[in-house]
Amino acid sequence: MNNESQKITTPRQGKTYTIPIGPVHPALKEPIEFSFELDGERIVGVDIRPGYAHRGIEFMGMKRNLIQVLYLSERICGICSISHPLALTQAVENAAGIEVPPRAQYIRTIIGELERIQSHLLWAGVAAHELGFDTLLHLTWKVREKVMDLLEDLTGNRVDYAIPIFGGVRRDIPAAKGDLAHAVLRYYRDLLQGLMDAFLEDKSVEMRTRHVGALSRGDALRLCAVGPTARAAGVEKDVRQDMPYFAYADLEVRAITPRDFEQEPVGDVFDTIIVRLLEVAQSIEIVERALCEMPEGELVSIPKVAALLSFLKKAEGEGIGRHEAPRGEVFHYVRLEAGIEEPIVWKVKAPTYSNLMAWVPKFMGAEVADIPIIAASIDPCMCCMDRVHVADRSGRASIRMKEELIRLSREKTRRILG
Amino acid sequence: MTGGIGAAIWQGATVLIGGALLGLVYKGIDRKLAARMQARIGPPLRQPFFDVVKLLAKENVVPDHAIAWLFNGAPVVSLAAVSSLLFYLPLGGFAPLLGGHGDLVLVIYLLAVPAIAMMVGGFAAASPYASVGAQREMVMLMSYEFPLVIALVSIAWRLSTILPEASVFSLSVLAANPLWDWVGPLGAVGLVLLALALLVVTPAELSKIPFDIPEAETEIAGGLLAEYSGRNLALFYLADAVKTVAMAALLVALFFPYGLADRLWLSGPLAGLVDVAFFLIKVLVVVFFSVIVVRVGFARLKIDQAARLFWIPVTGISLVGMVLLILDRVA
Repeated sequence: MNNESQKITTPRQGKTYTIPIGPVHPALKEPIEFSFELDGERIVGVDIRPGYAHRGIEFMGMKRNLIQVLYLSERICGICSISHPLALTQAVENAAGIEVPPRAQYIRTIIGELERIQSHLLWAGVAAHELGFDTLLHLTWKVREKVMDLLEDLTGNRVDYAIPIFGGVRRDIPAAKGDLAHAVLRYYRDLLQGLMDAFLEDKSVEMRTRHVGALSRGDALRLCAVGPTARAAGVEKDVRQDMPYFAYADLEVRAITPRDFEQEPVGDVFDTIIVRLLEVAQSIEIVERALCEMPEGELVSIPKVAALLSFLKKAEGEGIGRHEAPRGEVFHYVRLEAGIEEPIVWKVKAPTYSNLMAWVPKFMGAEVADIPIIAASIDPCMCCMDRVHVADRSGRASIRMKEELIRLSREKTRRILG
Repeated sequence: MTGGIGAAIWQGATVLIGGALLGLVYKGIDRKLAARMQARIGPPLRQPFFDVVKLLAKENVVPDHAIAWLFNGAPVVSLAAVSSLLFYLPLGGFAPLLGGHGDLVLVIYLLAVPAIAMMVGGFAAASPYASVGAQREMVMLMSYEFPLVIALVSIAWRLSTILPEASVFSLSVLAANPLWDWVGPLGAVGLVLLALALLVVTPAELSKIPFDIPEAETEIAGGLLAEYSGRNLALFYLADAVKTVAMAALLVALFFPYGLADRLWLSGPLAGLVDVAFFLIKVLVVVFFSVIVVRVGFARLKIDQAARLFWIPVTGISLVGMVLLILDRVA
């Protein structure tokens, strides 16, 4: 991850000193290492070093059959535990040419959006905590429990819902459960204005987040930021809008930017709060519409798991799956070969990977006090993102530069192609 | 002193131990009330006692590169300073134990000592987090001292114009002669403004949200306290608890020293008991409004924002209060 473009320094006066944040630090919920170059309390340089949460999940997946990979993919991340399976199922369906019945498409949409609600509320609480506003953390997480309970009612689990399977879903949402969902959504609809007031009308939150960690539209485009991070900078980018999948085409989803709150986007932390809270409102609407418009019909195109496995074993080809996870676009790539149960290649690109670079312009010029909230503003998920860790034979981690990485990946591609 | 040296020692020990116990009880109340306001259950009231006992039993780690005597000395100095504060403050119906030996100016210095001790300890810890915390503590100290001193000196000066004979900087004189009884409407407004300024200074003096900037857990991992553990941390913990009571007692002595016993025509031991209980309630009210409500209702400020807040609006308010007291004298 280290190359010259990452270490940007601005002209400085006086002596600077370096302060390490991480790999373990109260500001970080997961391990990653920052090294900040400071001039007083002002940040003049930053070096980011990920790789501490690498577990070799892709490698494990390439040793297992696809149903097992599906279970594994749920465990990439606890918060986006539906996003990874949704992207994976799409990739495999794409590779093997499996159709998904319409009702299953709607159920996938509903669970995916409920996950967005809980993830954004979780983030809002974390953001409040990073600002030293624990009251807001406790209140936000208290109301988050409602959607967690609903997810448990619908799927049996608070996390790792085990809903999607290749060619459909494993569980229906019967009418009675639909009513339950409507009741919870009404609760959030009533609550949302209060939540918006608590975050967006509070003077001390505004003082800590306005013009803090700003990301220009140009930088967001140049650094390929995704999800709320890009949308807060005014980039109208949303997989659900740009390449509608599941039921999103029927539901007319559009990217939310701070303009929907009648503010010109500057990409600062305040804007990311606006975008995420508005997306909670949007998700409530999507789920309500999806519940009403959900067609009757089959849940899964190949109901027997044994039949599905033998079908997948015969499948050949490569496929991609994209899903707008709460943090942005998650992308899965699989390559299947006839006669082999395991995927030949499984590649996961989590939204945090795309947003990592956006940290650099966000941190530059900020103060030490802004580090936690700026780090949190992209809603980083290291365990989703860490897909590689380079170590030499002695076990010590080493740093590889861009040219070397390109050379290594070209060599590997040639090796795979034989 | 009637009972001689033995009695004085007993009284001193009572004040010290009572102050520490009281500080921990108030800390427990603070945590419980804050938790209820945040829709949490919160720890039991006696949790601070458990904390101190646990910390005392834990290993006391001194970092390799720290200057050990400074690092270990800072918490002792801090606790000693806040404890001696208790000897100069009127507690309940009782006059300060060392009332004749020190005055308001000494109290101002003693209030600053724990902050300075923490700063020294922070720099001595040789940790980047503690250094950043110590720099922030220094800025905080320079920010809130000015309005604090303006308020205290204005009150003493106004009293000196009324009672030219009395030693007006003595806290027992200040507590025995509440200014409210003497000043006109202009002066009353001025006093309200000064009280307001001191209520804002209190959470900064005690390093509580939104002014817990030198310790900022999520930013600098506890800052000044990052390297402290075991007995040293327990001493800082106790010092914080006692300082909370001392600061609230100072505000009570300055602005609301009235007792309840006289008004209820009580006398004897019962009167003393009622006055002490009333004093404890007054301290709780001050702690509630200037610490608990504030720390529940705000996000942590940044150091420049806090400095600006104290230098411009809070200093402004206390200056206006001072001017009103002067006008009150003229009028």
